[in-house]
Amino acid sequence: MDLHYTDAQEAFREDARAWLADHAPAPRSLPSLDTAEGFEAHRAWEAEMAADRWSVVSWPEEYGGRGVGILEWLVFEEEYWRAQAPLRVSQNGVFLLAPTMFEFGTDEQKSRFLPPMASATEIWCQGWSEPDAGSDLAGIRSRARRSDTEGGWVLSGQKTWASRGAFAEWCFGLFRTDPDAERHRGLTYFLIDMATPGVTVRPIPQIDGETGFAELFFEDVFVPDDLVLGDVGKGWNVAMATAGSERGLSLRSPARYSRAADRLVDLYARTHDEDPVRAARSADSVAQAWMDAEAYRLNTLWTATRVLDGGSVGPEASANKIHWSETDLAIHRAALDLLGPAAEFHGDGVDAPWLDGYLFALAGPIYAGTNEIQRNVVAERMLGLPRG
Amino acid sequence: MHFAFTDQQLEFRDAVRQVLAKECTTDAVRAAYDAPAARTPRWDTLAELGVCGLTVPEARGGFGLGLVDLVPLVEEAGRVALPEPLGTTTGIAAPLLVDLVAAGADDRIDDRTGAWLAGVAAGEVTAAVADPERPAAPVAGADGADLLLLVADGPDGRVLHGLDRAVLEGGAGVTPVSSLDPTRRLGTPEWQPTPDTLLLAGPGLDAVLTRTSDRAAVVTGAELLGLADAMVTLTAEYAKDRQQFGKPIGSFQAVKHLLAGAQVLLEFARPVVYGAAWALDEASPDASRAASVAKAYAADAALEAARVSLQVHGAIGYTWECDLHLFLKRTWALAEAWGSAGDHRARLLGLLLAGR
Repeated sequence: MDLHYTDAQEAFREDARAWLADHAPAPRSLPSLDTAEGFEAHRAWEAEMAADRWSVVSWPEEYGGRGVGILEWLVFEEEYWRAQAPLRVSQNGVFLLAPTMFEFGTDEQKSRFLPPMASATEIWCQGWSEPDAGSDLAGIRSRARRSDTEGGWVLSGQKTWASRGAFAEWCFGLFRTDPDAERHRGLTYFLIDMATPGVTVRPIPQIDGETGFAELFFEDVFVPDDLVLGDVGKGWNVAMATAGSERGLSLRSPARYSRAADRLVDLYARTHDEDPVRAARSADSVAQAWMDAEAYRLNTLWTATRVLDGGSVGPEASANKIHWSETDLAIHRAALDLLGPAAEFHGDGVDAPWLDGYLFALAGPIYAGTNEIQRNVVAERMLGLPRG
Repeated sequence: MHFAFTDQQLEFRDAVRQVLAKECTTDAVRAAYDAPAARTPRWDTLAELGVCGLTVPEARGGFGLGLVDLVPLVEEAGRVALPEPLGTTTGIAAPLLVDLVAAGADDRIDDRTGAWLAGVAAGEVTAAVADPERPAAPVAGADGADLLLLVADGPDGRVLHGLDRAVLEGGAGVTPVSSLDPTRRLGTPEWQPTPDTLLLAGPGLDAVLTRTSDRAAVVTGAELLGLADAMVTLTAEYAKDRQQFGKPIGSFQAVKHLLAGAQVLLEFARPVVYGAAWALDEASPDASRAASVAKAYAADAALEAARVSLQVHGAIGYTWECDLHLFLKRTWALAEAWGSAGDHRARLLGLLLAGR
């Protein structure tokens, strides 16, 4: 057992830290990525990262990465969050679709899509949920009809809660290609150009008033055969690989929470100087939130080691998703309690990110499969309890 | 970075698991309730396997290994609610005795502690250690222990004393304290410090006692992991078997979510405890922090496993006949031993603020 990073990994950290010190935007200086202006500002930042090969360090060099391993990626993330660099506008692509594309994509698909994904020239959104199919994802009704004459598929239906959907160029979506098959079969995973005729986007303002997600309408949208990811009818398996990335090691690196937990301890110290009695009431929840972030860091290293040794991440990804989403809430809830009356202030002061972060964290137990669904997965697949 | 046990460590763990599954059934734990004893044929078996002497230096007949090696074995002890004091003797007392030599106690220390360490490795000595942070509390395992390591207040601060069989039979006594889990064998030592019992005083002692508290937190955390796993596993099996409304109760989401919640806490407590064991073996500057996180996390995971297990079992779980209570009681005792989760959160916050 060894929890030290190697000298080479520490050297990689120094390189990343130096580059970020020179290039990262000042903390909180970009407008929200859920606005048109902020979306482009975040795109420009990621293009700058890509120009020096920092946007997707763990990808092979031919697609814009540095070909480093998962541990180096975790080191990079530690430095990224230490620098308080912006949220990744390309996250649906680089953290969710890309791992799936590496596993299921053709060489042509990888060459076509990964480089512009790395440079944020093309930003992706996710077209899975429908008005009547959320937790019950296999209940989706949007259809893809075969067109042999055109050599592809004609999509129709409605998708919703597509994060980044208001501004994204591409969408990865799940459609029913065989309405007669058992509901988990008969699904196919498509890569859809949002500029295709028949796609209509209706932005949805979120709880914070910004258009973080959108409703997508498909009316006879043609998608050629070479934009099917994986096999026709095997979309559920491909989607579960994406969901594994979303819940498991890929989407939420621990550094994000470790950094927030350290800031929470700073906030506690400052509050304690001003009002020790009120601070003391939060002492236990501050310590708990810090521990939750630390447990997440250690569990990630534990899991990463297992993967590097040839193991895989199965239903543990569901346990992971429950933990990171609840940790994010615990950190921000504790911070708001410390802020007291100031918790509800909008503004651009040093404490403003706590309220924004809390609103963001509230979505965590809902997206990527609600935590109730994840608990079912843990109970059925880790403990062997019977399906209901 | 390679955060995993070695194949050898896992093989040893599996071997110990097999032995304990046979030698420490719940019937055996019940027998220990009726006739508690520190040393048993089962303890001899563990000594023969090298488990008791795992942390004892090779020169004294042990393996000279660290907490990372020991923690998986203590976890197995928790899994079967082992009545004998493996965590205290091999995880807390033996490393403390080794630390005393390094801390520069007097010339005789090596000989005195050497005999005790050899006794631990041979399975002839079980030890009890007082919690230096809670000096008024009864000492777990004191009733019947062959060696007591106790802290007294001296004119110049705390002083560590060791009371072996000769001292204990020569007048020092232990008043048993009745408690929830009789295998804990709590006792209040009645004794007078003498120059013969003194092990270490002075400036080096505080660091030794801090390391002892940290080790105790991690070792107790490891035992709690095993208990939590045992309870969740036992209860999941019960939920698959027990039928209501014509179905196994484990098919109901209300039951699933209770068990899943406990399972998630346990999943995350494991690497926390293992990482803390590593930090202590490495003498990392963050070791105290890691140890407090480990105890708090493992205690909360085990307490939640206990709560959920009793609830899912329903009335049968509330009976003496059902084995569950053997695990519940050990969990409730160990959750408070060497500092509760709340104590360790408070300690952690203090360390974090001091480290800013």
